[in-house]
Parts: sequence; C-alpha cells; structure tokens
Amino acid sequence: MSHIGSYEDRIRDFSWSIAEKELGFKPGDVINIGWYATDRICRQGKASKIALIHEGFSGVERRYTYNDIRLASNTIGTFLRGLGLKNEDRVCLFMDRIPELYLGFLGILKIGAIAQPLFSAFGDESLLVRLSNAETSAVLTQKKHIFKVRKILDKLPHLKHIIIVDHDGKAPLKEREVAFSLEASNPVEDLECFPAKAESPSVLHYTSGTTGMPKGVQHVHYSLISQYLTAKWVLDLQENDIYWCTADPGWVTGTSYGIIAPFSLGVTQCVLDAGFSTEAWYRFIEKNRISMWYSAPTAIRSLMKGGDEIVKKFDLSSLRHLASVGEPLNSEAVVWSERVFGRPFLDTYWQTETGCIVISNYPGMEVRPGSMGKPFPGITGTILDPSRSEPYPAPGKIGLVGLKFDWPSRMRTYWRNEEAFQKKFRNNWYITGDRARMDKDGYYWFAGRDDDIINTAGHLVSPFEVESALLEHPAVAESAVVSKPDPLNLEVVKAYVTLKPGFAASKDLDLEIMNFIRKKLSPLAMPQEIEFVDSLPKTRSGKIMRRILHAKEWGEEIGDTSTLENE
Amino acid sequence: MEGLKDIILQYVTKEYLEDDSEPLNFDTPLISGGIVDSFSMVSLKRFLENRYNIQIPDDKATPEAFDSVNKIAVLVEEFVGKKG
Repeated sequence: MSHIGSYEDRIRDFSWSIAEKELGFKPGDVINIGWYATDRICRQGKASKIALIHEGFSGVERRYTYNDIRLASNTIGTFLRGLGLKNEDRVCLFMDRIPELYLGFLGILKIGAIAQPLFSAFGDESLLVRLSNAETSAVLTQKKHIFKVRKILDKLPHLKHIIIVDHDGKAPLKEREVAFSLEASNPVEDLECFPAKAESPSVLHYTSGTTGMPKGVQHVHYSLISQYLTAKWVLDLQENDIYWCTADPGWVTGTSYGIIAPFSLGVTQCVLDAGFSTEAWYRFIEKNRISMWYSAPTAIRSLMKGGDEIVKKFDLSSLRHLASVGEPLNSEAVVWSERVFGRPFLDTYWQTETGCIVISNYPGMEVRPGSMGKPFPGITGTILDPSRSEPYPAPGKIGLVGLKFDWPSRMRTYWRNEEAFQKKFRNNWYITGDRARMDKDGYYWFAGRDDDIINTAGHLVSPFEVESALLEHPAVAESAVVSKPDPLNLEVVKAYVTLKPGFAASKDLDLEIMNFIRKKLSPLAMPQEIEFVDSLPKTRSGKIMRRILHAKEWGEEIGDTSTLENE
Repeated sequence: MEGLKDIILQYVTKEYLEDDSEPLNFDTPLISGGIVDSFSMVSLKRFLENRYNIQIPDDKATPEAFDSVNKIAVLVEEFVGKKG
C-alpha cells in the first residue's frame, strides 16, 4: 500500500498539519532541519540504521549510520561556530558529491547559518557572481576546486574563510584558507542547535533569470513540512526503502530530495559520486538493492540509448518505484521504463522557487504518459490566459502555469531582490514561467517555457549570462544565445556570434570559444554549437531579437518582424 | 598512429584537469572518473574532429567510448582509418 492511498481522498481531507503532526511540530515551535534530519531520527531508536551509502569515483564505499551523520554534522557545525560563523551567515558548499557535502549541509543548518550549495563544475565567473551577490562569509571546498576560489578572492571582501576539507598538507595554505578534516576531528556529541523558527532562512539556491544575473532563491526551515510530505506521498519513501536520488546538491533536487526529505524520513539513501555510464548505474542499483529511484529525463534517455539488452545483465528486481524530475518526461521514456523495469517513471514537476514537488503523478493514480500529473494536495494550480492573467474558464487551452503561493516550502524572496520576487506574481498567482494545458480530468501537459531560459538536461541556463561571458572573449563582437532542440538533453545552448575585425571564423576559434565558456561559466552553459554570422537580427532601437533565432532553431513561424532593423 | 595517445592525453590534461590533480595515464577513467562530464565531452569530441579531420557520429560518441585515452584512441583510429 502506498503512503498516499487515494489521491482524491487526500485532496478532500488535506491539511499541512498532517506533516506537522507526524514531525511533532506545532506552530511557534523551534524547527531546525539539521536536527530533524539527524538527532530526531536517532531519538526514534534508529541511531544504528544506515543513513547514507556513499560510493566515490574510485569505487570506495563508505557507510554512515544516523548516529554517524548526527555526530559528523555536529562536528562540522562546531568547527564553523569556532570560526565565528553564526546564524544567517551564508556558507557556501562548493564540492563534488563527497560525504562532506551532505554532512556539511546539515552542519550549516544546525548552527542557523544559510547553506548556499553551488555546482562544483561552475567556473570562476559563475562562482564570483553568486558569492558576491550573497556576500558569502565562508566556502567549504576541496583542494581540486580551490584554484577557482583563489582566482576571484580579491573581488570577495566578505569571504572570510575558505575551508578545505581534504587538505593533505602538501601545498601550503594561502590567505583566508583553513584546513578541516572530518575524519581527523574528534566527534562532537552535543551541539546546541540554533533555535530556528519556521521563517528562519535555511537554504539559498541560485537560479538563472532571462534578464539580469542569477537570483538567490531564499528558503526557510519550515520548508521541511512540504519536503517531508511530498517525499512521503509522491516518492512513497517507506521505512525499508533503499533510495537513490541521482541529483547533485548543487541544484535544488539534490538538497530537497537528496538531503532534507530522505533523512527527515529516516530512510537509507545511496549516493554515487561518479560520471554517468549505463553499466555503472545498473550495477549500482543491483549492488545496493535500490528500491526507490528518483532521476531525470536526460539520464533516462541516455539509459534508453544504451538499449534493452544491457538491462537483462543485471538483477534490478529491487526497484519498486521510479520518479523523474527536471524537464518534461517524454511518453516514450515512460513506456520504455515500464517495459524494461516493469514500472513507469512518474513525472514530477517543480522549481527551485517552489522548494518541493507541486504537480505530479502519484502511486496508484492512472499514469498518462507524457503528462505532468496533477497538483499536490493542498496546492492550487491553474492555467492562466496570458492576455488577462486569469484562469481559463474551461480546460484544453495552452496558457501559463500559475500557482497559489501558499505552501510551506515556497521561496520567501529572491535574495535582496524583492522587486524581482514581486514580478513573479500576477493577480495573486505565482507565474512559473512554464506553459501547459490542462485536460478535462485535471492532468497538466507541459507545452514549453514562456521565456528565453534554456532547460538543458534539467538545468536552467540564462542566455543573458552566456552572452555576457561571450563578450569577454577577445574575438567576439556581439552574440545571441538561444536554445536548440536536442534528443538527449531536451535543449542545448547555441550561440550566434559576430566577430571583431581581425578575427576570422574557424574550427579552432569555435572550439576555443566553447572551452572559454565552459571554464568561465560551466559545462552546461557551454554552447554546443556556435554559428558565426555577419550580423544579428535587431530591432530599430538596436535590441537583439533572440526570438527570430529561436524560431529558426525550432522550425517555428518567425512572427512579426515589423520592428526588425533591416526590414 | 604516432603520438595519438600523447596528443589526447596532453589535451585532456590541459583542458579538463584542475590544478594539483593527480597526473593522468592512458587508462585513467575520464567520464566515470568525473574528469570529463557528458557536456564537456562535446568539446573533446570537437577537438578530435578538428585535429584529425574526421566526423564521429553521435551514436559512437558514448560515455563508454570516451572513458579513457586508450578508448578514445581506438575510436579515433577507426574513423581515421575509414577516411583513408
């Protein structure tokens, strides 16, 4: 029997107090996520239960009980406090998926500081923008990433501590750097957790915007309530599950459902800190007897590409429930997974800003392959007519996905950018930026983005950020960045570039610019195709018309060109 | 092909390896070892295509085929051979 039981019954009787009661929380109480995810589980008699099974690049496995993660997060929290860090200070986690990332996240929350996870493949420019905006006080990192931090240190006056978690003593520490070894530290039995209240800030994730630089999405400790319940009802996490969330905690799925939800539910979860390979992933499932698997469409399509035969080489009979997130899950992937794994991947829809799953398919509910599913109980969704910002009176039409912004894990603001936050609302509906239609039975069907943001393999990339970085290359005069359809990643980044006098288009320059962006921003933001052009389409006022290039890539109608400069 | 593996090794070291990292050898796992991710693989493929004037079809450019300098060299040789 699934936790959710009947979706219709849950809708009828829903209240977030269901989660509050299960977590023993009453309005006004202290609610520290770090404590809920570790100490509380130990107090329930599960101190010796395995919390985390971690496999690194080299295949080395490490196991941590709930008592181990309680002590480790206490130890890291105590170390951070010893440096003078306190509640609401921003502490960045800039690491691969090593155990210290997961344990450090909990330690930061325990002392009331704000955890700011950043994807470890970010280049120095991406890092600078985000650390500078958040006025981050400390960064936890590894020696392999330290050179990126050192490169931008002079521009970060607020950054007081750079904590290297794997310093081996071979190279001397530099300015503001300090070594910390979890293994060499004495475990701290007691840490007085910061008495966080429901609205105390907890996590700051950065997300890309269409215009302007990335925005810090600010969450609070009360987010636990809906992260806990959505994980229980959608991911159906059960006491004996072995759970694998394939997301990196540099992104919101990796924290909401890769740290907070599974640990607060007291389940055993696995982490594979290695690059993708079909065989390695199936071997990992077989070895750990994984029963609940939360992944992403790009990974699923990559597995599909590997074929059906390889699946038969592994015993994957432990899998009992599969779900997907990050981008629309195509119906072929749903049908394929049902054929080869005996169960479909259920699509879940949410964003960094929502903090938790808001529209989803549920265990026990009819799956309509290709559909996003229905709103989570307690969450009101609608399809808005873009011209009036009012819900369509009847289903069937494509419009904007709008949500009543009133569930516990919704973002509270964009970090020091209330104006941008307010712009996300129309007629009291939160505008997701996605377009969809609703069928007569209330299922949502994704239709596309309503802006220029590029969704590549489930990660949002801002064309503005890539264009800005391109302009820093000595050969680039102007650029326009758009999405381009891709069978594996849904979309990839494409750049149209005009060159400065003295530079000529060539294969070598193409590769040089690709690598320039990869190192400066991230591999995700690297244009997978660069087209050198003589000029870019512009309005008479000189604004580059991205939509014309977008239409060209997607084979769509170009639309009104009356404002085009050369018309 | 003379020097093929050395050229690939040098390029991967220069472009994808971070400071203070352990030196690579011809068998170091690149993709499964987290040195080159699936997005960065596109620029590595582009380098090979430019350098050896070949086209590697997408269905051959798999994470498995790019997982070490030795494996990449086998792939490149296959296409350089076809060209001739």
